Amino acid sequence: MSLLIKNALVIDPITNLDRVLLDIYIEDQQIVQIAPRIEEIPGMEVYDAHGLWAAPGLVDIHVHLRQPGREDKETVRTGTLAAAAGGFAAVACMPNTHPVLDGETVLGFLQQVIQQDAVVDVYPIGAISKGLQGEELAELTEMAKAGVRAFSDDGHCVNDGFLMRQALEYAKMLDVPLICHAEDAKLADGGVMHEGYWSTVLGLPPISPVAEEAIIARDLLLAEKIGARLHIAHVSTAGSVDLLRWGKARGIRVTGEVTPHHLTLTDEAVSTFDTNTKVNPPLRSIEDVQAVRRGLADGTIDCIASDHAPHTREEKEQEYIHAPFGLIGLETTVPVVMSELVGRGHLAPLRAVEALSTKPASILGLEPFSIAPGRIANITLIDPNLEKTVKPDEFYSKSCNTPFADKRLKGWPKALIYHGQIIMRDGVVGD
Amino acid sequence: MLRFKRQVLDEREMDRVLDRITHQILERSGGVENLVVIGIRTRGVPLAKRLVQKLEAVEEREVPFGILDINLYRDDLSLASAQPVIRTTDVPFDINGKVVVLVDDVLFTGRTVRSALDALIDLGRPRAIQLAVLVDRGHRELPISADFVGKEVPTAKNEVVKVCLAEIDGQDAVNLMERC
Amino acid sequence: MGLRGKDLLGLQPLTPEEIQLILETAKPCKQILTRAVKKTPALRGKVVANLFYEPSTRTRNSFEMAAKAMSADVINVAVAQSSVQKGESLLDTAKTLCALGTDVIILRHYAAGSSTFLAREVDVSVINAGDGWHEHPTQALLDLFTIQEHKKQIEGLRVLIIGDILHSRVARSNIWGLSKLGADVFIAGPPTLIPADIGKLGVKVVYDLDKFLPSMDVVNLLRVQKERHHRVAFPSIRDYVSTFGLHRERLDFLRDDCLILHPGPTNLGVELSPVVADDPRAVITEQVTNGVAVRMALLYLLLAGGRIDEPVD
Repeated sequence: MSLLIKNALVIDPITNLDRVLLDIYIEDQQIVQIAPRIEEIPGMEVYDAHGLWAAPGLVDIHVHLRQPGREDKETVRTGTLAAAAGGFAAVACMPNTHPVLDGETVLGFLQQVIQQDAVVDVYPIGAISKGLQGEELAELTEMAKAGVRAFSDDGHCVNDGFLMRQALEYAKMLDVPLICHAEDAKLADGGVMHEGYWSTVLGLPPISPVAEEAIIARDLLLAEKIGARLHIAHVSTAGSVDLLRWGKARGIRVTGEVTPHHLTLTDEAVSTFDTNTKVNPPLRSIEDVQAVRRGLADGTIDCIASDHAPHTREEKEQEYIHAPFGLIGLETTVPVVMSELVGRGHLAPLRAVEALSTKPASILGLEPFSIAPGRIANITLIDPNLEKTVKPDEFYSKSCNTPFADKRLKGWPKALIYHGQIIMRDGVVGD
Repeated sequence: MLRFKRQVLDEREMDRVLDRITHQILERSGGVENLVVIGIRTRGVPLAKRLVQKLEAVEEREVPFGILDINLYRDDLSLASAQPVIRTTDVPFDINGKVVVLVDDVLFTGRTVRSALDALIDLGRPRAIQLAVLVDRGHRELPISADFVGKEVPTAKNEVVKVCLAEIDGQDAVNLMERC
Repeated sequence: MGLRGKDLLGLQPLTPEEIQLILETAKPCKQILTRAVKKTPALRGKVVANLFYEPSTRTRNSFEMAAKAMSADVINVAVAQSSVQKGESLLDTAKTLCALGTDVIILRHYAAGSSTFLAREVDVSVINAGDGWHEHPTQALLDLFTIQEHKKQIEGLRVLIIGDILHSRVARSNIWGLSKLGADVFIAGPPTLIPADIGKLGVKVVYDLDKFLPSMDVVNLLRVQKERHHRVAFPSIRDYVSTFGLHRERLDFLRDDCLILHPGPTNLGVELSPVVADDPRAVITEQVTNGVAVRMALLYLLLAGGRIDEPVD
């Protein structure tokens, strides 16, 4: 099985290529050769990538696949189809399933499902605490031995500082990162949107940004003392970016991620009371959006992760205060990043690829994908000029809770080569 | 668009007409005992005021004067026509048992007067209601007639009788206009 | 002239001209209420539905009186008894009402944005009778009407709103209405109950009542919302009363021509002491009458005739 990708503009942070016109020759599952002109031989499948950017397969390390327990919202199958449609070759999924992924049993089940149903790589993230209750440590060692590469209580914050300390101590021993969902429950006080002018105008219960920042500060200091690796999920405030910067300057082993919606939408979007703006952490002020953009551009925030959180239509069609938090993102991440950031000069293409592929992989302890001979052939082809309207009804995801519905965006994933096969073409996933 | 056709009453003629109506009212009621005058907004009001002044001059006694807004009693509020601005009604006296002289500028379909009758009846029970209008232009759609008419002006459907009053329009005149 | 939209969801979306139109229209409506025959046939044949998810006899009765004074028919959906308890959604309940021939739904709900949501989904008019902490436009309108009746115009007036601002839809609607009509708006209350960035709405926050009361033209006292908290926001009632309560001694700080308003029902002994309710400056009962008048005006403007700019005379 050989595949020749011609005329691609290769972007690869590992080999430091920034839109270099190259052909890529793939045999079986491996990249064999990259060069300005590779000769076509009969028997080769040829894909003309004229005008397209070729990036190493994209990796989304913050995704909710909802299986087991809420297969009505999403499954490993539909979620990975959505990932492939969105140009992602690998995802890491969060443990807030039913039952919670806090030990070998559920992990074993999930790994089986992944084996059978997943169309791209899936890396399960294990819970920090049993049942996500925030009281006792989950079976961290057992899960790590069975292949789990990171732990998180995402969806919930580990409010008990002492428990977080214990978890970090284990994480240090197991040499895996802990992913922190920073949200002090008491400071958040049941709020549903960012505290500011808009929460005041709309009369919605507010969430203070300090709820996020206070936990980040706490966990940074704990991680420093213990020497463990810490990764901050969905960084959303200017204060959080400042803390990350401070932490890195001190040599703390911390990384951070930001979602496409926190990079592009403000709390003003909530003024229609559309629950597709209800997310945790909430959409923030324009100053926060500008700060996270700068943080992403200068590397303080290492990577982009969608926090793909599917919910059924019925659940989202409730009063704003009752609707569940969460937005899907696998199929909109690339077009939103390309359209609103790269396309507008807020993010350089090479840095964007680093944020979408290289860094997420290394945070998870994986060898990052790279377009180089001898590497596994996971390549995402992006058309930077393609303009399309976001149509949630046509998503592979079972759910459609996106704030970008009906937006016209420019810059879409055109194809995904996974293990040497083109598994996605023009938004259609076919294995 | 309205185009001027001809003048029906000039300033002096209007004043003479109002004098005549004043005397007709007095003749009919034998004086102003028990009489009140109520003008229908908008142009019925200054006309009513003038009649009151003339009545008071002749009889040398005060005649109660009131203002009626009939918009909350219109019969076309549920149609997709314009939404009239409603204003205050000011009838600061009891109308029970009184002879009410209702005053309006133009009598046309009769619907405005019908609304005024309903509005008056919600204010009390007059002994009698008489209608005084400056111009009767015909085309009644309801069985309503005026007791005192300034001038009868036969009109076509596409014509408009435009009453100008000094208090509102700066001059006194009644003009016949044409829609084009 | 006329209101631009089919609904009244709040005062924030209205122009000052629209607010004045409602207040002007309320004057003749109030006259109807003071006559022997408290009715006009203006909205005969129209159906008004009261859909109240929160208890409120006061506001619901006021809307019912307003509808009946205009000769409209009224349906009261008692949430506790209807199929809403069985889990029928707000939208389904509203659609049933529309199918029954309702012309306007008056919605009171505990969730902010519910009337906005409903207005988007149904073709009939929706009036927000209070949605969570968000807005209570008819209350603010009747407050504005009451103030305007006494003070002739709102522009330039110094108005102080006292109480739990954070959880108060009455405060928010009043702030919008007063600001749009040119008043100088001040708010006072426990610091834990002052919402973030409230200064960006053009209001000034004060804490020293005794210092500011003498310069006020109007004082609007909010009910201390015990039902809306899941957490106590001030040390004690005693603390609230001594810092923010309009008690006997504080009355002396008010000018003789200062108006005292309260949306009701009053918590006697908390935001105001009983003697205040009897003070000649308190216009609380007038507010109730004005509430019917303002709601009549609103029903007229939303339901009567078309909404085309044409002089009718």
